[in-house]
Amino acid sequence: MSLKDKLSELRQRGLADIKQSADLKDVNQVRVQLLGKKGPITEVLRGMRDLDAAERPKVGAFANEIRDDLTAALTQRKEELEQAVLNAQLAKETVDVTLPGTPVAKGEPHVIQQIIDQIEDLFLGMGYQVLSGPEVEEDKYNFEMMNLPKNHPARDMQDTFYITKEILMRTQTSPMQARTLEKHDFNKGPLKMISPGVVYRRDTDDPTHSHQFHQVEGLVIDKHITMADLKGTLQVLAHELFGDKFDVRLRPSYFPFTEPSVEADITCFNCGGKGCKVCKNTGWIEVLGAGMVHPNVLKMAGVDPDVYGGFAFGVGPDRFAMLKYGVDDIRNFYLNDVRFLTQFTKKG
Amino acid sequence: MKISYNWIKEYLDLDVKPVDLAEKIERTSVEVDDVTKPSDGLKKIVVGHVLSVEAHPDSDHLHVCQVDVGEDDPLQIVCGAPNIAKGQHVIVALPGSRIANNVKIKKSKMRGIPSAGMICALQEIGFSEDVVPKAYVEGIYVLPEDATPGDAVYDYLGMNDSLIDLDVTPNRGDMLSVYGTLHDLAAIYDKPVELDHPEVKEAGATIDDQLAVHVDATLSSQYRMRLVKNLKLAPSPMWLQIRLWNAGMRPINNVVDITNYIMLKYGQPLHAFDYDKFNGEDVYVRTAKAGEKLTTLDENDHDLDENDIVIADQKGPIALAGVMGGLDASIQDGTTTVAIESAVFEHDHIRKAAQRHNLHTDASQRFERGVNQAGVQEALDAAAQMMNELADGEVQRGSVVGSNNVPEPAVISLTLTHVNAVLGTKLTMDQVVHILESLEFQVKVAEDELTVTVPVRRNDIHIPADLLEEIARIYGYDRLPATLPTGRMTMGSLTAKHRLVRATRKSLEGLGLNQAISYALTTADKAKMFMMRASETTELAWPMTVDHAVLRMNLITGLLDDIAYNSARKVKDVALYEQGRVFYREDGQDRPAEEEHIAGAITGTLLPAAWNQPAQPVDFFQMKGIVAAYLKDMAVNGDVTYVPNADMPEMHPGRTADILVHGHRIGFLGEVHPSIAKQFKVGTTYVFELNLQAIVDMPKQENQYDVISRYPAITRDIAMLVDNDVTNDQIVALIERRGGAFLQSVKLFDVYDGVKVPKGKKSLAYTLTYQDKHETLVDDAVTQAFDKVSKRLEEELGAEIR
Repeated sequence: MSLKDKLSELRQRGLADIKQSADLKDVNQVRVQLLGKKGPITEVLRGMRDLDAAERPKVGAFANEIRDDLTAALTQRKEELEQAVLNAQLAKETVDVTLPGTPVAKGEPHVIQQIIDQIEDLFLGMGYQVLSGPEVEEDKYNFEMMNLPKNHPARDMQDTFYITKEILMRTQTSPMQARTLEKHDFNKGPLKMISPGVVYRRDTDDPTHSHQFHQVEGLVIDKHITMADLKGTLQVLAHELFGDKFDVRLRPSYFPFTEPSVEADITCFNCGGKGCKVCKNTGWIEVLGAGMVHPNVLKMAGVDPDVYGGFAFGVGPDRFAMLKYGVDDIRNFYLNDVRFLTQFTKKG
Repeated sequence: MKISYNWIKEYLDLDVKPVDLAEKIERTSVEVDDVTKPSDGLKKIVVGHVLSVEAHPDSDHLHVCQVDVGEDDPLQIVCGAPNIAKGQHVIVALPGSRIANNVKIKKSKMRGIPSAGMICALQEIGFSEDVVPKAYVEGIYVLPEDATPGDAVYDYLGMNDSLIDLDVTPNRGDMLSVYGTLHDLAAIYDKPVELDHPEVKEAGATIDDQLAVHVDATLSSQYRMRLVKNLKLAPSPMWLQIRLWNAGMRPINNVVDITNYIMLKYGQPLHAFDYDKFNGEDVYVRTAKAGEKLTTLDENDHDLDENDIVIADQKGPIALAGVMGGLDASIQDGTTTVAIESAVFEHDHIRKAAQRHNLHTDASQRFERGVNQAGVQEALDAAAQMMNELADGEVQRGSVVGSNNVPEPAVISLTLTHVNAVLGTKLTMDQVVHILESLEFQVKVAEDELTVTVPVRRNDIHIPADLLEEIARIYGYDRLPATLPTGRMTMGSLTAKHRLVRATRKSLEGLGLNQAISYALTTADKAKMFMMRASETTELAWPMTVDHAVLRMNLITGLLDDIAYNSARKVKDVALYEQGRVFYREDGQDRPAEEEHIAGAITGTLLPAAWNQPAQPVDFFQMKGIVAAYLKDMAVNGDVTYVPNADMPEMHPGRTADILVHGHRIGFLGEVHPSIAKQFKVGTTYVFELNLQAIVDMPKQENQYDVISRYPAITRDIAMLVDNDVTNDQIVALIERRGGAFLQSVKLFDVYDGVKVPKGKKSLAYTLTYQDKHETLVDDAVTQAFDKVSKRLEEELGAEIR
């Protein structure tokens, strides 16, 4: 058998051994057996002495080629086995991905807060300031400066919690109109503000009445503010809070501090305007009161009604939340049942 | 007020359905509560003629009646009404009919006798008991004799009319009448309206010889009376009764009904007195005197107030003016001479009298809002004419007039430019003038300027802005363009406080607490608990309930109420925070100061038990962790320290800490005292409350970049035994003070006070981390510093290093 044949056979056998090696230990043994100092290749190469000088480099090159092949086969086999070990390990580590995730502590903003935040952000974007006012008010700001002198019959529209004759729980956020008008310097620009807050009425709590609820007052005063601007602003508000499909309509109403006064309705949520029980078949639901600020309100706050004018509106976030989410009892907002509070998780 | 569609149509040629009319009114004038047609939902209810009535053999009150309902054979109907009689025309619900409340009537047997239908009372076909004539309240209703058997009953009873219920705002008193509504509708539909005016046929003597009135004109700016003699009291004709009951009023007799009818038609409340019951021939309009009493028509007794306006004769009050008449001088059987009063009473007095005596009547409602002061005499004349026509009364010559101050119509100027500038419209002068004239306002135009004379009946219109509303609503709000304000730019902005409040909410929600909004009005007891400083309470003058009578001075009790509510519903794990105002009042001040607070409460577990982790019941340190993380988020500048406080009566004496920033107390945290928890019916609960305003006002740390060292850190652990009363704060403070220049942090990793340490001692273990920012630390330097601090701990705190 020539050396070359021996080497060829060696390669055949070596590759077969490598292939058969079952684990990394085997691979190592095979490597030592084949390529070690006492291994067959070394032995074969020793036999080269007996060859012709012309044959020697050829056989030598062939032997090296075989050594390289075997080395490559060993490396490949090693990697294969390592991968298999890893795969086996990973298979063992498999989890049931349908098991629930580990709980984390997570709180939610109150649903009314979410509505107020949404309104604030909308008006911030339109250049309004956000201001807050006292919840315990003077009769002067809550009523008198809102064009509701003592004994005005419209005071009966709002049952009031009085503390003394002159001090009361504010029945509306409208006193913030008078408070900001008094302070505003029109030389520095128009007055555009909203004022969210808690208000109080002397009512018995039931599914549709709460002695405590929220309002967001809005006020814009400048030299050229129109009723069309009011309508456009309320439209933007309705679209922001409820969606573009919702339309706004204005109806005449009465508030002593605005003239003209309007009530704004939006398309009924329940029926989309077709008419149903919820909207008493009108297709519309009343959501807020608004109007052009009464000249007396401006005058009493020291603003010249012949130069300045504008609009005001009052939004009820409680009512909005009830309509938007179909909440059937206003008391839910103030009892703070965790199962209620954590229902409103959609943000943005 | 319920407005009759049929009545409107008598004056105005309208080609619109009632619902469309209602919609138009709502869009242009006042709100509409609903539109109803009394016959809606009723079926097969016809006129029956009672042919015979026999006693039921097995009953002492039932009758067996044969009733002609316009068919070949009469129906046999068993009837229990006490007033059933042969020959009556009655309301019959046929077999298969539907009566009020969707009740179906079938053939049946009553105590063995077949009964084919039912003879009905008005209440049974949907009438409110309040409007049913007294004679028929306890029994069946008897129709007029000319009713044809078999006809549907609805037209006989006015039940095919549509009634539009107006919710009139306080400014639109004029809409509380058919005439007032007609004026508005004429403008809305741009159609002429023909109103009729009374012509009184007078007879007999002049009234001046029979009656004198003495009026305080500050109480009654107009006071007029007519006298009608030889009246024949009787039920009113059907058409009049129908008008009244469809408006929600009970027909009584022709005289009283006429006064109510005139009120509905003109909006002018009238009162009819029995002239013969007057003591003397003088009538006085004055305030009541102390001690005077009056029994009103509804047979209630009233102690009169000195601010009540009364109508009085020589002896005393005979009516509470503008609210309700007195029983003594009222129209009763036998009345033949009637003094009719048509007047204007001062609205504020009326409003207060109605409140004081809890008598809110159709009359007081109208006087409060103001009646048509130019129509007082016309209403009086119309009533007198009707009493002549319907009750054969002899209207005495003339009226007595006690006061006669008819206001001048308002004259208002405004420019077309102003109209368009405020409304955002491009109306022409012609359009504006047309709208105002359609409301029967008189308009004079000079170039851009309009001078408008407003009829007296529109007492809500005084200034140009009032006219703008008229123009806008008649033009139509739908036709207004929708724009956004233009002009000088403004910046949208939040106040610093508002920004911090928003950050606070976000922080606490991230830490696992849900936002609660509780009631600010609470009980006197709860208002005063968990107080952070001394304060007087602020109480409501007239609370609705004791539960909401006093302004809170803490937020925690609200949260405990919330937890109790949850707990009662088996929700045991609750984590809440609330941001809101508390109200502190100084002695001698009426008005409390409002302070923004933030509070939290957790009970049960913050994280529920799960398949891979057990529930961890809330404890002091969990709440402290939340507060500490929150304060870190707020970046308050200064050391936050926690100092034990055993003196808050509502808190666990050993598990409560005051929270100090830079030595300034801003709140507290800890466990609610078990006996307080029991009182609130809640389990173990940890709470905190902070003065949020103080946090707003505190200086804040600015964010700044701090170089992160590239050199390795070296850690050393130290464990020590100390006396139980040595605190973690003391140890950490000492280590930080004596730890050397390279000490970066001290971290507690173990606390042990179990059996393996001597009694009265505890074991604490800390990891100290050393690092140099500029070079690699040498082990020796660390060892030196560590040994030094160990020695200090031994010397200063008596620690036994282990």
